[in-house]
Amino acid sequence: MIQHPDRQAPGQEITIKHSRLALAGPFAALGRSAVDVINAMGAATIFLFLAVLMIFRPKQVPKIAQQVYYIGARSTTIIMLVGLFTGMVLGLQSYHALVKFGAQGALGTLVVLSLVRELGPVLTAIMITARAGSAITAEIGIQRISEQIDALGTMRIDPLRYLISPRLAAALISFPLLTALFDLIGIIGGYLSGVVLLGVNAGTYFHRVQTSVELRDVTDGFIKALVFAVIVATVCCYQGYFAHLRKDSHGAKAVGLSTTSAVVLSCVLILVADYVVTSLLI
Amino acid sequence: MATPLIEFKDVTKRFGARTILEGVNLQIFEGEVTTIIGLSGAGKSVLLKHIIGLLKPDDGSILFRGKPIQTMKRSERDACFAQISYMFQSNALFDSFTVYDNIALPLRETTNLSRKEIDQRVMARIEQTELADVARKYPSEISGGMQKRAALARALITDPKIVLFDEPTTGQDPIRKNAILSMIAQYQRKFGFTAILVSHEIPDVFFISNRILALYDRKIVFQGTPEELEGFDHPFKEEAIRSLEGLEEELTGLHSKRQFKVRYQTQLNRRELRETYAVAVFTLENLDGLSDLLGHDAGQEAIRSLGLYIDKHFGAVGGFSTRHSINQFVTVLPYSDLAEAETILAEFSKEFREEGIRAVRAVALRKSTSPECVEFAVFAGLAQGQPIVELDSIIEFAKFQQREIARLECVVGGERK
Repeated sequence: MIQHPDRQAPGQEITIKHSRLALAGPFAALGRSAVDVINAMGAATIFLFLAVLMIFRPKQVPKIAQQVYYIGARSTTIIMLVGLFTGMVLGLQSYHALVKFGAQGALGTLVVLSLVRELGPVLTAIMITARAGSAITAEIGIQRISEQIDALGTMRIDPLRYLISPRLAAALISFPLLTALFDLIGIIGGYLSGVVLLGVNAGTYFHRVQTSVELRDVTDGFIKALVFAVIVATVCCYQGYFAHLRKDSHGAKAVGLSTTSAVVLSCVLILVADYVVTSLLI
Repeated sequence: MATPLIEFKDVTKRFGARTILEGVNLQIFEGEVTTIIGLSGAGKSVLLKHIIGLLKPDDGSILFRGKPIQTMKRSERDACFAQISYMFQSNALFDSFTVYDNIALPLRETTNLSRKEIDQRVMARIEQTELADVARKYPSEISGGMQKRAALARALITDPKIVLFDEPTTGQDPIRKNAILSMIAQYQRKFGFTAILVSHEIPDVFFISNRILALYDRKIVFQGTPEELEGFDHPFKEEAIRSLEGLEEELTGLHSKRQFKVRYQTQLNRRELRETYAVAVFTLENLDGLSDLLGHDAGQEAIRSLGLYIDKHFGAVGGFSTRHSINQFVTVLPYSDLAEAETILAEFSKEFREEGIRAVRAVALRKSTSPECVEFAVFAGLAQGQPIVELDSIIEFAKFQQREIARLECVVGGERK
């Protein structure tokens, strides 16, 4: 029964207010979290937009080349290693599945399409995140907490131009190239396990590889690599750049947590974006 | 009155619920050395960061040459900030760059100078700040003092009109502290920039400052000359100055200026008219030239030697001394008349010529590789004091009476000319 407000006993109103607050509490927290997430997404979008604009400012080429070396060239060994074993496992698993239907001749098709369309871009992006993305966040985070980024501001050097844009540009250059390398080494891995170890005909394998892949498969793989590059570079740079604004920690701990957040968030976003991009391209 | 270069009008800054600055009003004038003093955590660095635009006030306005920064066009505002350089308390050197690259960074990124021109300018600054031996080392491989000098060289590389120094002497030993302050004063005179310092080094920092701003309880409670601060009566003085001021001057072992005045007033103002005393003023000439050629350490060593000899000789006969300015000491001999003071001064001069100047020479010989000559001299003057005469007038008279008592002559490749 709803009681008229005028007839409420003293103290009853406070109890009702408390009950309302208790009920509203979880919704308010959810709302606050949602607002925080939207704010962060907005800030990251502006951050990305400004960083993209700064790529085309003068004196950027040497810095971009240097970052291509750090993000790209120095990741080649790990990308080749992961690509090789991914191809080998793919060859092994696919062979045992295909042999049940007597279709082991289609091994090349399965390996190459899996790699070029899906595994190449995704695993390359995840490996670069683990190797270079974490280093980017830690480096920028330390520069932030030791006032080096503030120092750039006082020297009239835009920190976005100096620190972020070269990394973003380098990621856009490196991700497709490393993806291509991953695909190539993966195909060789599939050859090693499928042909050399399990006895599939080498000519059949390479014929299938050659005839199965269309230009669109390759461009779709590169589109994914570019999307992942934007995601990884933005997330890792953003987390480091704003490490000092973390509410849960300060100083070196904030840099550590930002690095963890950058890697986890990048990996999750890579997989989410993979699904979205695949569904749009397919 | 001239328009202030920078002016704060009712500036308030809050971080969350905490108010750091509340209705701050201050004025900073062109070509001067202005020092902001205050206790730790008083908001001095926050204040400094408002000047360079790293922080924006929540309320109030900041004026640059009489024009509010907030109402300026972006290009105009950028042009203002472009005249300012900032030396961070933590140095903020890029730890993945060498000292050379750190200093070259602003020129590489903000100018279109050729590589050769940049190299010339950077090497000139490196020489001036005595960093030639460590130019290719990383900041983590050099001492704290060298890091400070590298940060100073980087702050000065673009020839700024205003340089902000956030606690430039933090973590330095007494000699190095004074060497850095002396270096700032010297460069300020040489390049003519406006220097704004945040410092705890009381009273050392007073010697190089034209104006002092005292930040206390979120407000500027004092603006004026170091001399005016002496007569300033406020709880700030009790809490801040006396807690920051050591019992003795760290560098020389002498009284601080305030302690000197207290002792002077207690011992001499109560005397009868006929009782006289002597005042000696010692000046180290050509300190800038010495620092330029042999380094600021050598300059500070010269001051230190002079201070130690003054303390040793005049302390034994009941005298007490203070560092009066960056290169000047004042000694009061309360129990000596002028004739006796002349004798003591003669003994002092002899010993300083024989031993004190040798210590300075040793530093000079060790540090000097320059083919040029360097000379410096110590001058001393005496005056008779009377209880009815103001100390400052007696000091002025003693300065007027100064004559050379010791001289360091040319040091060329380790040989004395």
